[in-house]
Amino acid sequence: MEKAKQSRWLVALSLLLSSSMVYADWTVNMRQGVTAISREIYELHMLIFWVCVVIGVLVFGVMIISMLLHRKSVGAVSADFHDNTTVEILWTVIPVIILLAMAVPATTTLNKMYDPGEAAIDIEVRGLQWKWQYTYLNNDPTKEVKFVSSLLTPREEILNETRKREHYLLDVDNELVIPVNTRVRFLVTSGDTLHAWWVPDFAVKRDAIPGFIHQAWAEVEKTGIYRGQCAELCGKDHGFMPIVVRVVEQGEYETWLAGKQEEGRLVYETVGKEWTQDELMAKGEEVYLRVCAACHQANGQGLPPAFPSLVGQGLAVGPMAAHLDIVLNGKAGTSMQSFKGQLNAAEIAAVVIYERNAWGNNMGDSIQPREVNKMMSTGQ
Amino acid sequence: MSAIIEEHHHDDHHHGPAKGLMRWVFTTNHKDIGTLYLWFSFMMFLLGGTFALVIRAELFQPGLQLVAPEFFNQMTTMHGLIMVFGAVMPAFVGLANWLIPMMIGAPDMALPRMNNYSFWILPFAFTMLASTLLMEGGGPNFGWTFYAPLSTTYAPPSVTYFIFAVHLMGISSIMGSINVVVTILNLRAPGMTLMQMPLFVWTWLITAYLLIAVMPVLAGVVTMMLMDIHFGTSFFNAAGGGDPVLFQHVFWFFGHPEVYIMILPAFGIVSAIIPTFARKRLFGYASMVYATSSIAFLSFIVWGHHMFTVGMPLAGELYFMYATMLIAVPTGVKVFNWIATMWQGSMTFETPMLFAIAFVVLFTIGGLSGLMLSIAPADFQYQDTYFVVAHFHYVLVPGSIFSIMAAVYYWLPKWTGHMYDEKLGKTHFWLSFIGVNVTFFPQHFIGLAGMPRRIPDYALQFADYNMISSVGAFLFGFSQLLFLVIVIKCIKTGKQATAQVWEGAHGLEWTVPSPAPYHTFSTPDEVNLKEAHG
Repeated sequence: MEKAKQSRWLVALSLLLSSSMVYADWTVNMRQGVTAISREIYELHMLIFWVCVVIGVLVFGVMIISMLLHRKSVGAVSADFHDNTTVEILWTVIPVIILLAMAVPATTTLNKMYDPGEAAIDIEVRGLQWKWQYTYLNNDPTKEVKFVSSLLTPREEILNETRKREHYLLDVDNELVIPVNTRVRFLVTSGDTLHAWWVPDFAVKRDAIPGFIHQAWAEVEKTGIYRGQCAELCGKDHGFMPIVVRVVEQGEYETWLAGKQEEGRLVYETVGKEWTQDELMAKGEEVYLRVCAACHQANGQGLPPAFPSLVGQGLAVGPMAAHLDIVLNGKAGTSMQSFKGQLNAAEIAAVVIYERNAWGNNMGDSIQPREVNKMMSTGQ
Repeated sequence: MSAIIEEHHHDDHHHGPAKGLMRWVFTTNHKDIGTLYLWFSFMMFLLGGTFALVIRAELFQPGLQLVAPEFFNQMTTMHGLIMVFGAVMPAFVGLANWLIPMMIGAPDMALPRMNNYSFWILPFAFTMLASTLLMEGGGPNFGWTFYAPLSTTYAPPSVTYFIFAVHLMGISSIMGSINVVVTILNLRAPGMTLMQMPLFVWTWLITAYLLIAVMPVLAGVVTMMLMDIHFGTSFFNAAGGGDPVLFQHVFWFFGHPEVYIMILPAFGIVSAIIPTFARKRLFGYASMVYATSSIAFLSFIVWGHHMFTVGMPLAGELYFMYATMLIAVPTGVKVFNWIATMWQGSMTFETPMLFAIAFVVLFTIGGLSGLMLSIAPADFQYQDTYFVVAHFHYVLVPGSIFSIMAAVYYWLPKWTGHMYDEKLGKTHFWLSFIGVNVTFFPQHFIGLAGMPRRIPDYALQFADYNMISSVGAFLFGFSQLLFLVIVIKCIKTGKQATAQVWEGAHGLEWTVPSPAPYHTFSTPDEVNLKEAHG
């Protein structure tokens, strides 16, 4: 008994220690990143850092010397000066010169950051509580690629029930994919509250603000996977909406994009087909756990009052039209967002059917995705 | 000599404080009200500190252990609000109450009854604020900066209580600062010109003007929130044609001067303590006054540096960057002046001096990281990370709070008539000094490495420094209980303090006996300016 307890502690302790040691990307400084801008910013950061170190060493050095020499216990007698115009002018003018010297490179870099030039690809980045929606803008709407990217780390890891993987909290289900050495423009906005889209390796950080579209850009010079996080408090799961960007060769990007476009076409077809109730329930559960469970919880009980329960009460056991309306259009003044831009008609039909028939709700009713699609396209 | 006059006077005309609880409820005496403010702020310091320890306990290791993210957000919010509005600001008002009349030879604050109101509003305001934690939906969870629309459209129902609590705090601050201004401008002893006032009085005069200027802005912004939430307006609601960025502009127009409201009186305190223990006059008195005024002026025109990543146009970014960099100049002048005061002095290192020196060093570190943050392009990488958390805690904890502790140790003998326990005081200092640095220094690293602020859980590469930071926070937090013990011990017993208390102390407050009589400087002829200047 005692031994079992001991070994449990040992396991806990070793988990604790190893969790941080396995990570190779351990760092104490700003990343140099993989764009020309990010490197320039890194240089600026190091420059101002060393300026600060030199100032610090000088200032604290004089202080320490004074504290050692001018103490009463070593017999120091206080002098009588309390003014010196020359010195005072000097220590006003010198900092001004240092600041001017700093302002020049800072201005140059900022100028470059604010000039997106001609971008080859435009991606709309939309912050949503608590995930990112990416849209590859295209003049031909049938070729527009749109998907939502959410945290992949399972709940068990967050609650310390299983071992945490290498990219704990920094893995997503759908990565943003962009080609290397290509200028990509990010048009950042939000569908609910403030967020901030931040990828340290690109030195891109833009607040996502409802009602505004702000641009940022990056031209990544190295293929690889780059990770970031939401950087503006956006509510409960602010810490759980990472960003993962996979930078690939141009050819690979094109293949990927074509695949995504094909997926879009398939969804179009899926929406049109006839679904059985079982198919809807299975799809619905998958969508619910991915999209709805963060607020309404996997068991449907929610976290009242902010996130109401769906079990045996409210919309899920009321008329289906009202239920669909809320899922499609959201509820103003609450965290319940509009899902018609994020989910396709099949997903919405499935999740509504799931909510109405799971957890003992047993409403027994059903709706076909193509009917939902009709509602979506007619704006009802 | 003034002591004799004072006692004589005392017998003749005045009675001492009333007895019992009602003394504190109805008091109009600046010393009583100062005491009330200081105890209140200490209680809030412990409460806000408890919230901080909840945060640090949760962040001790990756994963969610103790609290849910919803509650974590309430803790970060309440920690900030309580520390800013409940601990630091009232502590400075308490010091102003105790010291300004004694420093300028005034019998009391100019508006004593209003003084009583400004204090007694606070317990109600903070009870209301703290009670939101027990309400359905929880307390404010949108950060102390309460950015809309998280604080309006997406806020818990308790946000209305938060708004009214902020209104009450604002009313209290405005009344308090009007009192300070009127007192300083009208009740100085005959012969004391503005440029002869102690720097603590100067810095408070300037702080009071800042407060009067910006607290109404804060009241305005929370009223707009109230309208958005309850009366269907859309000041900050994009869907209704409003502008979430407007919120940030208005908030930081209040918020940046607010930051200096929390540091200018600290400059005054340190400018009193360093000359005393260096036994040498303050270097560059006039330039200190001008530097403080410049900082106050600049504080109104740099708010945009909190918003570099919001999407301002290039010209706006450049302007706010240049203006912000300028602040380094007057701030540098202050630091250089303090060091020049120490230079060729005859220093001893009692507890107030230790705290004051630590203030200069650690505030300078916070200032230097502030200079780094002012570089707008680099700020794109610093913004909303732990680097910012480290920066502002360096200026607020070993800045503002160390200065308040320095002030308490420095003037405690004057207030209580007893010397505090020097050995315990030094122990408190060293524990606090180590605790603060262990807590906040590693946060620079995790911030640069990319950890965003206000997250309840973090990626594995941030684990080591978070653990160190949490250990430091508990060390610092529990050390403050020692502070409480020292203060209580000093009130009850201790070596009898002389009138001057410290060998090198100069100023009118040191011409009255220790403890300072209930009424001081009741008539102008009790003021001996010559003695004050030593």
